[in-house]
Amino acid sequence: MSALRQIAFYGKGGIGKSTTSQNTLAALAEMGQKILIVGCDPKADSTRLILHAKAQDTVLSLAADAGSVEDLELEDVLKVGYRDIRCVESGGPEPGVGCAGRGVITAINFLEENGAYDGVDYVSYDVLGDVVCGGFAMPIRENKAQEIYIVMSGEMMAMYAANNISKGILKYANAGGVRLGGLICNERKTDKEYELADALAKKLGTKLIHFVPRDNVVQHAELRRMTVLEYDPESKQAGEYRALAQKVHANAGNGVIPTPISMDELEDLLLEFGIMSKEDESIVGKSKSAA
Amino acid sequence: MSAVLDDKTRNQALIQEVLEAYPEKAAKKRAKHLNVYEEGKPDCGVKSNIKSLPGVMTIRGCAYAGSKGVVWGPIKDMVHISHGPVGCGQYSWGTRRNYASGTVGVDNFTVLQVTSDFQEKDIVFGGDKKLDKVIDEITEIFPLARGISIQSECPIGLIGDDIEAVAKKKTKEISKTIVPVRCEGFRGVSQSLGHHIANDMVRDWVLDKADNKGFESTPYDVTIIGDYNIGGDAWSSRILLEEMGLRVIAQWSGDGTLAEMEKTPKAKLNLLHCYRSMNYISRHMEEKYGIPWVEYNFFGPSKIAASLREIASHFDDTIKENAEKVIAKYQAMVDGIIAKYKPRLTGKKVMLYVGGLRPRHVVGAYEDLGMEVVGAGYEFAHGDDYQRTTHYVKDGTLIYDDVTGFEFEKFAEKIRPDLVGSGVKEKYIFQKMGIPFRQMHSWDYSGPYHGYDGFAIFARDMDMAINSPVWSMTKAPWKK
Repeated sequence: MSALRQIAFYGKGGIGKSTTSQNTLAALAEMGQKILIVGCDPKADSTRLILHAKAQDTVLSLAADAGSVEDLELEDVLKVGYRDIRCVESGGPEPGVGCAGRGVITAINFLEENGAYDGVDYVSYDVLGDVVCGGFAMPIRENKAQEIYIVMSGEMMAMYAANNISKGILKYANAGGVRLGGLICNERKTDKEYELADALAKKLGTKLIHFVPRDNVVQHAELRRMTVLEYDPESKQAGEYRALAQKVHANAGNGVIPTPISMDELEDLLLEFGIMSKEDESIVGKSKSAA
Repeated sequence: MSAVLDDKTRNQALIQEVLEAYPEKAAKKRAKHLNVYEEGKPDCGVKSNIKSLPGVMTIRGCAYAGSKGVVWGPIKDMVHISHGPVGCGQYSWGTRRNYASGTVGVDNFTVLQVTSDFQEKDIVFGGDKKLDKVIDEITEIFPLARGISIQSECPIGLIGDDIEAVAKKKTKEISKTIVPVRCEGFRGVSQSLGHHIANDMVRDWVLDKADNKGFESTPYDVTIIGDYNIGGDAWSSRILLEEMGLRVIAQWSGDGTLAEMEKTPKAKLNLLHCYRSMNYISRHMEEKYGIPWVEYNFFGPSKIAASLREIASHFDDTIKENAEKVIAKYQAMVDGIIAKYKPRLTGKKVMLYVGGLRPRHVVGAYEDLGMEVVGAGYEFAHGDDYQRTTHYVKDGTLIYDDVTGFEFEKFAEKIRPDLVGSGVKEKYIFQKMGIPFRQMHSWDYSGPYHGYDGFAIFARDMDMAINSPVWSMTKAPWKK
């Protein structure tokens, strides 16, 4: 068995991290890889397409019921879904109370101590959109994820988030072994999207791993709480995820220390691709009727 | 060269010597906290109430210590919850000797340690539900508790628990005063901010809500504020005020009750002992209720007499005459104490390092015994404390704010005082250096030291420490 690959998917909230990661991991499983998914989001929706479940019982909710995390067994929290993919959700408090970041730390420590990583080829962390505190940076610290894949699109804010996440990786890259695996562009049909994503990847010192085209079959599969790989394995989109999985699999050891850019450089990039024009300064802060 | 000039030169050289041991940046910062007092200056020439330097051994506490340990903890008929993980409550349990009368577990809860004992899940999911339950349990176990205070430990502020909402909800349910205090230890630079926050909560959750309609006033109603009844200090103070004909309607927080706190706005005059920890609420009552306040000092007969006269000056001639009678009554006792101990203590030099009040307040008591304070510093004093200190210390006194363990030892090593007065963490270091020591936070398991009765004990204790035969038995190992 080859060495354990620990990867993580980060990206702006709502960009399609969970969908992209579950489809990619399903394709990796199809290739014979043994997979463990660790959902690190209080919403606990990182494994629904694999398990066909609305939301999995989480480590933290089970721990709260049992008294403490020490009272849990691995079997209590580990569920097995499509193609024997193992699934765990860290869970966390309802919005507005407690400390979700601490919850992620608690859950990951529990999984490591109880041997959840034994016998798998891939551990994949699916992390909340915004790295709001130290807890959500846990998966990119030492001895956790070595490769980070940033899911993004051609939208300004998604690119902005990708750059910010790169800053976070840079912070931990020198202390530990975390590297940027690459960008995955989830098509939103914005102008010159591929070119822009590719240019951003180059600026960050990495590459655009794959450009995932938009296809309604993803939504059809999601409605059935399935991955495209399972719902319609013959579809063109399933092929795209297989291609992505192949590229991720071949990407072992090719991660880089990212070179995040400034806000100005990011805006220059948009100018370069004509998303913003030079004259844009004059339209800043003007409403439609005023223009 | 006169002796004072000699001391000044030596003290200035000493400051330079300790500063040389620090890295440049640290030395520059510490230099602002060390000085030699110059007669006639309006303050001691030191900066204060500033964050301690990383890497030094500071003697300070935290905001939780200031609120739970000092201000709220001694209120005896309330249960004080150490809200958060168990350590803060456990390690602060029973560390202040604030005596309180009553039956433990029935109407006096000061010696108990009640904590919400946070676990991992309380951090992750928030602790408000647990707090709700703790309050229910307290209500059931201690039906005669008059109220509850919630003393926040660090995690409460970090995870953003809404303890005010819980306090409001539970106040309605159990019809008792519940006071949420945001005294998380990471706030501020020392315990001092904890005092301030605790004072503000007295204002918002006790005084503002008090119903004193049935209270019958007299012209002689006073309160004792900022006496924590260490070893019974408030008791030996109160009797003097009562002998003067004043009516003490409240004392806080030593041996204090919630009901007394509520009645405080009915006082004619608030008598403030610990200025540092309770000046905030005294100023508030002056502004809101028009109650004047006066600082007093009941350490040693000179300051006691001056304070009794100062207090009496706010009342009619009867009280003024009574003050003189009280002073006269105890004069024989005072003369006896001084006759016995002064010959044994005259000329002895003292270095003090305590909280925010005593390094100045006890100077007179030592002087009454013929002793001399040659060094003084505070853990958490502010600028106004160092101004007040000038009324007590003499020219050339070494002043050290937020002293570090290194500085304090070095100073004592060179000055070789006859007595060091500080806390339990310092005690054994100085005793091992062969220097007599008294704990001046806890009175070293003795007390009271306030009032005339307290002075007798104070004099005995200082004599016992300094003139113990044990010191003649110690010998430097290199001296055969």
